[in-house]
Amino acid sequence: MKHSFLAVIALVLVAMLGAQVPGLKSVFGVVIPWLAFVIFLGGFAYRVLQWGKSPVPFRIPTTSGQGKSLDWIKQDKYDCPATGAQVIIRMILEIFAFRSLFKNTKSEVHSGPKLTYESSKWLWLAGITFHYCFLIIVLRHMRLFTNPMPAFIAALEFGDGFLQIGAPTVYITDLLFVLALSFLFLRRLVNAKVRYISFAADYFPLFLILSIGITGILMRYFVRVDVVSIKQLAVGLTTMSLPAADVMDKIGTMFFIHLFLVCTLMVYFPYSKLMHLGGIFLSPTRNLANNSRMVRHINPWNDLKIKPHSYAGYEDDFREYMVNAGLPVEKELPKASEPEA
Amino acid sequence: MYDGGKIITGLIIFIGLMTFPVWHNGGNAGVLPKQEKPVGKTACVKPTVEMRTSHMLLLNQWRDEALREENRKPFTVDGQDYEKSLMVGCMNCHTDKKKFCDECHLYTAVKPYCWDCHFPPKENL
Ligand code: HEC
Ligand code: HEC
Ligand code: HEC
Ligand code: HEM
Repeated sequence: MKHSFLAVIALVLVAMLGAQVPGLKSVFGVVIPWLAFVIFLGGFAYRVLQWGKSPVPFRIPTTSGQGKSLDWIKQDKYDCPATGAQVIIRMILEIFAFRSLFKNTKSEVHSGPKLTYESSKWLWLAGITFHYCFLIIVLRHMRLFTNPMPAFIAALEFGDGFLQIGAPTVYITDLLFVLALSFLFLRRLVNAKVRYISFAADYFPLFLILSIGITGILMRYFVRVDVVSIKQLAVGLTTMSLPAADVMDKIGTMFFIHLFLVCTLMVYFPYSKLMHLGGIFLSPTRNLANNSRMVRHINPWNDLKIKPHSYAGYEDDFREYMVNAGLPVEKELPKASEPEA
Repeated sequence: MYDGGKIITGLIIFIGLMTFPVWHNGGNAGVLPKQEKPVGKTACVKPTVEMRTSHMLLLNQWRDEALREENRKPFTVDGQDYEKSLMVGCMNCHTDKKKFCDECHLYTAVKPYCWDCHFPPKENL
């Protein structure tokens, strides 16, 4: 945890010092973001294709409900889907409502000793809050990248600034974002069991995303930056028409720190646990219908030259040895060859 | 590749969404704001650089001072007194909201809700 924290501090310092050097503004503002974005998309596609190449010979859905059975037994359609349509609904619920996280339980040992399990929704609540805030914040950022901005983002901005507190208006998602991330971090510190299984790969993304949020909030409410010039740069990145050097000079250091941390996140993304963004779609335990009893699934790497070998045939081959070893057989040895007992 | 059709379709949709601003802008950076500075005046309330980035913080501070602390002490620019106010302070010099404030705000897609109640200059009820 110490090292993850120091790593993020080091990244902040790199951007802070780097943006002071006159020529390096275009490196931090243009070259690194472009490279990071290409690595992000390339790495993402690579990981997904890599997963796509792994065979999934059998249906291995996790089931937490009654599978399809006899007509008079009620099937739990979305916990144990049997058709493609049911799988789609299960996936939608999983992706938009984090349904399997909702089933999270907490296990505790009480005096006795007695092991208890109880439902625990806090992780789900903080998790889903964080993810939706992240989504809304990134969508709202499209105002910096698109000119003119699509109307639905104006609606998001309006809804998010609904409280109309102060100027610039406080965004509800900014508050919830930091709150949810702090919970997710404290959970790893306070709960001894979770702490024991937490590594740098868990702390680093938390710190990184938290510091992206904090620098963004600082920039909006406290250490103001020139948003007009930043938009010129951001739109320039998407249209390959970069702003003049004097525009770059108007952009404050806080922005370069924010952007550099985002670039780090983009580069880190495909090689980290954050790839669950793509992984959720490719989870065999989520995206397969539990139809092993209805459809024959053939192992893709089966050698066609190997013929099926039935049990009866197996017994024919080994009957004598089985009988000698005292194993039960379905068909006895022919009487003639029966050893005299 | 197993289920290749579905996976590749998914990837293409993902990359399409991620590069949304690129094809939305279509290589056209759009118009830049051309705010008209007040004629006959030379200085703003605070240095221009600071105004450019932080005018909303100043407005918020003025609002709190005027309405919560009853401190409506006028401020001085270039030896002339102005009221600490949005409508008769800022807009006293920046007389055309459309050609000044709105130019930038349209570009950066901000919509200050102040004008729900406050009037821009020369608007009649
Ligand atoms: C005394 C007249 C005066 C008053 C009052 C005044 N301004 Fe200004 N303002 C100016 C002048 C003149 C400039 C241009 C300065 C320059 O070009 O360097 C300016 C520049 C600005 C800029 C920067 C524009 C740019 O293109 O960089 C902003 C933003 C701004 N004013 C907002 C406000 C706001 C908000 C208020 C009220 C809090 C206000 N001004 C009050 C005269 C005034
Ligand atoms: C140089 C361009 C520029 C000019 C000129 C300008 N603004 Fe702004 N203004 C901005 C930007 C950019 C933002 C958004 C900042 C952000 O999102 O952090 C903003 C935000 C605001 C906000 C806060 C909006 C919110 O989110 O609640 C207010 C209020 C405001 N401006 C008032 C004015 C007024 C009044 C004038 C005219 C006197 C004016 N501005 C002129 C660029 C400008
Ligand atoms: C709900 C209506 C409403 C909205 C929205 C509103 N105001 Fe006001 N504002 C008022 C009223 C009423 C006063 C009191 C006028 C007085 O007592 O002089 C006032 C006074 C002020 C004053 C101080 C005195 C003056 O005459 O200007 C400032 C500065 C001000 N508002 C800024 C803003 C800014 C900036 C925004 C947008 C972020 C805003 N207001 C949004 C209603 C509103
Ligand atoms: C992982 C992606 C990102 C996250 C989570 C993030 C987060 C945030 C947050 C929480 C804020 C506070 C204000 C708000 O919510 O709008 C903010 C502001 C800001 N961010 Fe980001 N950001 C991201 C990417 C970027 C990128 C790529 C840019 C480059 C253009 C950028 C530029 C800015 C600017 C200029 C502000 C200040 C906006 C203002 O003053 O209104 N951000 N960011």
